[in-house]
Amino acid sequence: MKSEYFSIAISNIGKRKLRSWLTMIGIFIGIAAVVGLISLGQGLETAIESEFQKLGSDKIIVTPAGNVYNIMPDENTPGKLKENDEKVINRVRGVKTVALSNYKVAEIKWGKDDIGFYFVGGYQTKNDESALTQEVFAITIIEGRYLKPDDKYKTVIGYDYATSAAFKKNLHPGSTITINNQEFEIVGVKDKLGNEGDDRTVIIPRDTYFGLFNIKEYPDTIIVQVNKEFIPDDVSESIKKELRKERNQKEGQEDFAVKTLQEYLTSFLTILNIVQAVLVGIAAISLLVGAIGIMNTMYTAVLERRKEIGIMKAIGAKNSDILFLFMIESGFLGLVGGIIGVLLGLGFSNLVASIGRQVLGTKLLIATSPWYLIVGALAFAFIIGMLSGVLPAKQAASLKPVETLRYE
Amino acid sequence: MSETIIELNNVWKTYFMGNNEVNALQGISLKVKKGEFVAIMGPSGSGKSTAMNMIGCLDAPSKGEVYLSGKDIMNMTESNLAQVRGRKIGFIFQKFNLINTLTAKENVILPMIFQNMTKEERELRAYELLKLVDLTDRMNHRPNELSGGQQQRVAIARSLAMNPEVILADEPTGNLDSKSGSTVISFLKKLHKEKGTTIVMVTHDEHIAHNAERIEYIKDGKIEKIKFNNKIT
Repeated sequence: MKSEYFSIAISNIGKRKLRSWLTMIGIFIGIAAVVGLISLGQGLETAIESEFQKLGSDKIIVTPAGNVYNIMPDENTPGKLKENDEKVINRVRGVKTVALSNYKVAEIKWGKDDIGFYFVGGYQTKNDESALTQEVFAITIIEGRYLKPDDKYKTVIGYDYATSAAFKKNLHPGSTITINNQEFEIVGVKDKLGNEGDDRTVIIPRDTYFGLFNIKEYPDTIIVQVNKEFIPDDVSESIKKELRKERNQKEGQEDFAVKTLQEYLTSFLTILNIVQAVLVGIAAISLLVGAIGIMNTMYTAVLERRKEIGIMKAIGAKNSDILFLFMIESGFLGLVGGIIGVLLGLGFSNLVASIGRQVLGTKLLIATSPWYLIVGALAFAFIIGMLSGVLPAKQAASLKPVETLRYE
Repeated sequence: MSETIIELNNVWKTYFMGNNEVNALQGISLKVKKGEFVAIMGPSGSGKSTAMNMIGCLDAPSKGEVYLSGKDIMNMTESNLAQVRGRKIGFIFQKFNLINTLTAKENVILPMIFQNMTKEERELRAYELLKLVDLTDRMNHRPNELSGGQQQRVAIARSLAMNPEVILADEPTGNLDSKSGSTVISFLKKLHKEKGTTIVMVTHDEHIAHNAERIEYIKDGKIEKIKFNNKIT
């Protein structure tokens, strides 16, 4: 291919500025959407992975069945774990610590007017169990302290209570709230996690929880920490086996679910990838529309330049020369559209990510745009342009010089 | 006997316009030999433009043979023909037919690009050719910034790009005033005289035609008479 073809193509594009811009809009909207969505999706994936990494890969979560993606089931969840599940799990080789937790929606009240129905979490307060619970639920205290082993009517409140997001009044350690008509003294405030469910949960000691709601002592969630020398997947299998034996259940018919954090991560990412594929697929439709726009512009260009094509053929241009000239021109329309599209897409994804960081209060969401995404998008745009130009270029190449020279 | 560059042998060209058959050429035979300056003359509708397309291998005959350097063009592929055409024939058109997006120099260079000449060679040759037609001062201007006469001189330079065996000029003065026209003609004569370039010129103007050594008169798609002109200066 001759390098001059590129400068001829560029000068032809430059000559019809308005039309070239309009044509390129089609491509750059498509490319911007695809690049933006992919780079956001990648950023989201990285964010989720690092959130899970923080929790550590040595954790196993046991929940009632039919509750695959919810780590915090409440009493309304079908299926229940049993009181002695804790003992069964503790007997399994490789299990280091077992922590139990319960949830229930209850009336939470401050003063006379501030009333809300939010989650109350009953967490164990003994040292090892408490530490494990705090780690897995990412509890960081920003004001006051966490629950101590001998606390009874003490509570740690979610971030939203301290910022008047839940109640009109900002609550702080030392204040008193009423949970299910029982007064609790606030001892600490939990840091923001970014979702309302977590940030409006109040935590009370698990021993107090059962008395408060007058219910049987079965756990809603069991968190298991695995000994360093053991592989979490193996321990998870053993727990499943023991719980099945205890319940006399066959494999596949369990009323409980045992998952390592890694498995949770994999499930999340699979869903994320499906969502991303669907979104990118939709964005790709606009690329198709853009490609048709290029084709239309190139057909018009062939019509307009019939005479020029005839001249070139008369002075020695082969069919393949004409074909290349037009294909390079349409390829360039695609490429320039692609460059603008990539810039817009990166801008868009970074903007959304930064809004996301502020709204969700996380620092982990960063739009990720690896070099291969950018190069790939540009190459793709160029190829789309070229392909859209194939038919018009073939038409141009097949014109007979004598007919085109006559054309005015 | 010098070598024949272009030969038309009993060439017919038939166009179909609706249900009507129009015979633009009706068995025309013509030979152009190396070093000749031939004019093809005839009134409009006589078939001289069609004849010119045949001589320039831009169109294929309905019947009969066209030979370019002894080769039957019907046996060549289209791309092959384009290459041969680019090397052996230089075109000058009535309406100049320069590419408007390219400068004078780029227009002259274009045929050389199609023939894969190197960049250095092309630049040098384009400069020499534009010097030959006295346009070195206008070589970076685009056609719409040049007068008709200047444009036709760029076209002459372009036609000479590949040092062709024959220059085919279709009404080269048709769109020019008489002064520019005579400048163009004097360039063609100079080329013929000094470089021995073969020239075939199509015109309807008797006065212009008399610059050639031989005039072939076309009427109704046939050669009506041939006149040899010995008094050319």
